[in-house]
Amino acid sequence: MKISMFHLMPYRDLPDDFEQRYHSVWVDPPWNELGNAEKVGQYYNWTLDELIYAAKSGIDGICVNEHHQNAYGFMPNPNLMGSVLARATNGMDVAVVQMGSTLPTTNPPTRVAEEYGMLDCISGGRLVAGMPLGTAMDATLCAGITPIEQRERYYEAHDLILKAWTAPDIFAWNGKYFQLPMVNVWPRPIQKPTPPVWVPGLGSLSTWEFAAQHNHCYCFLNYYGPVVGRGVMDGFWQFIAQRGIEPNPFRAGFLQLVAVAETDALAEKLYEQHIRYFYSKSLHIPAEFFFPPGHQDYRSLENSIRKGLLKSTFEQLEAIPNYKFKDFVDKQLVIAGSPATVRDMLRDAVKNLRVGNLMVLLHIGSMPHDLTLRNIDLFTREVMPHLSDTWDDKWENKWWPERLRAKRQVSLAAL
Amino acid sequence: MAVVHERTLSVWENKIKPKVQVAGSGPPVVFLHGAYGLTWDPFLDELAKSFTVYAPEHPGTTWGDPDGIKPLDNLWDLVLYYDEIFDQLGLHNPAVVGHSFGGMVAAEIAASYPQRVSKLVLLCPIGLWRDDTPVKNWMVLPMDEVVKAAFHDPNGPLAQQMLTLPEEETAQHDMQIRLTWALACTGKFIWPIPDKGLKKRIHRIQSPTLLVWGKSDKLVPPVYAQEFANRIAGARIAMIDHAAHVPQLEQLGQVAPLVRDFLAS
Repeated sequence: MKISMFHLMPYRDLPDDFEQRYHSVWVDPPWNELGNAEKVGQYYNWTLDELIYAAKSGIDGICVNEHHQNAYGFMPNPNLMGSVLARATNGMDVAVVQMGSTLPTTNPPTRVAEEYGMLDCISGGRLVAGMPLGTAMDATLCAGITPIEQRERYYEAHDLILKAWTAPDIFAWNGKYFQLPMVNVWPRPIQKPTPPVWVPGLGSLSTWEFAAQHNHCYCFLNYYGPVVGRGVMDGFWQFIAQRGIEPNPFRAGFLQLVAVAETDALAEKLYEQHIRYFYSKSLHIPAEFFFPPGHQDYRSLENSIRKGLLKSTFEQLEAIPNYKFKDFVDKQLVIAGSPATVRDMLRDAVKNLRVGNLMVLLHIGSMPHDLTLRNIDLFTREVMPHLSDTWDDKWENKWWPERLRAKRQVSLAAL
Repeated sequence: MAVVHERTLSVWENKIKPKVQVAGSGPPVVFLHGAYGLTWDPFLDELAKSFTVYAPEHPGTTWGDPDGIKPLDNLWDLVLYYDEIFDQLGLHNPAVVGHSFGGMVAAEIAASYPQRVSKLVLLCPIGLWRDDTPVKNWMVLPMDEVVKAAFHDPNGPLAQQMLTLPEEETAQHDMQIRLTWALACTGKFIWPIPDKGLKKRIHRIQSPTLLVWGKSDKLVPPVYAQEFANRIAGARIAMIDHAAHVPQLEQLGQVAPLVRDFLAS
């Protein structure tokens, strides 16, 4: 299987009473009260260093993403980070996984085609092209996209980008949202016909259908671990079976928070405060921001109200601020502990979810730089080697850059 | 209570099938509802005593026709769509009463087709914008805050009724879906700021116009009454005490006769 380190690039020093004092971590946290540009400069550099350290330590891929107006994770243009990472990892067999540019808010979407083209060229064909729909906070509140149009706009942007990469000739794009008289993208990616495309989702049927229709990798990105994830991924694999599609585990991705220490007890001591910070501050978002009316299409809206999905999600979220380390681990929101504990739990998770592309969040909330490097180090040395053969005997990862599909050989001397 | 008949129309090349509530007798009055969908209420009952009231549902908000929103891309389409609705209802130049979002639509119709609207009543309409007094974005407010902003007495029975969901589960889900989708569909024409160019067109309105505003309106603050009146020749303003964004229900006894007399004059 392939394992990538995901980084959100959060604000690491929010005040202790942040969630009592402020309405939301996203959209309206006041920069002038909370933001410190000097500190943020340090965060960006730490983030890049942490991802590059993971790459040197043998991880298969490094992931960044796009979000706006928040202290949860703020790389407003993930391709700025991606371009540093692509350059710094040249010579390493590591994928640059952009999870990625938000399609409906990038105008014109050929911009994504161009920037991803640049990244694939700079990295020598190591790009994974993530194509997110974007959260409601980003797309509708920060970028002003009409909620009921966000998904339709996404589909059009996606079709335009793929055509821009693959069309033999210059073409005119006469779409509903975008009209471009002469599309002729420079540069195009090295990978042919296109870099692998990953579609992040939160379990909606519309996204499964979309991923299946285009043969993209579907990535379930959430912070509630494999126990909650099981319900969604079982649904996904059932959907794949019903459509008669090959159940290749590599057509699915999953994100997991992971914290490793020498012992279980030490993990609690080192990570508890940062995990609590993440769930209570980084995810301090009012429900109204998550689902402005129209963000969900009618079918998904009906489904989530009639099955009580929204209600149960928010009830669960409300309980989390009271969780202790043990609760996070028992419920597997975070897989944390000694290397042995983590590899057993992670192996079970990957098998149960049937996931071939695992993303691990190794920097969590307020974690300082040193501790992050220690987590990366223990994970890549003591956990990853025990998992990396999973699925490889039977399946090929067709959603990974072709030149990186073999098992990665790492010379630790590189560190 | 008036006997209300429900008609289903088929418009826009039969792609949209809105329901229209019709009641009363007398000269025709079209009522355009606000962002939360159509509810036949005592204000419409009062109007139906003197007029034939036609209350169409905005596209997509009709139960059973959620895709009715899809064929219309923008406000221009929506105005043309109402031109077709008027034709189908056989209304040459009815009086039009619009509330909140419906007020904006009514003003747009009257500005696009000055001859098609005989009289115009705008109840706390949206459609204009002042940076110093923004209109609240109700699509991202929790319901209890909407209620606080929309009602003069947020603890009164009218306001509380809006916060009360039916007990039976299916009915409760139906209502949540209906409200959310009504906001989604009407939001298509106003997101993220309900200023879509009416200020450039509003001078074309020729019909006698009455503006009714609750003095306590915190969703669309009362300063907007003057903004509208300044742009519509001869417009009258009625500011209503002890009312906010729903003056026609909060002060039914005062507003219903006011509107009736204006329409009848």
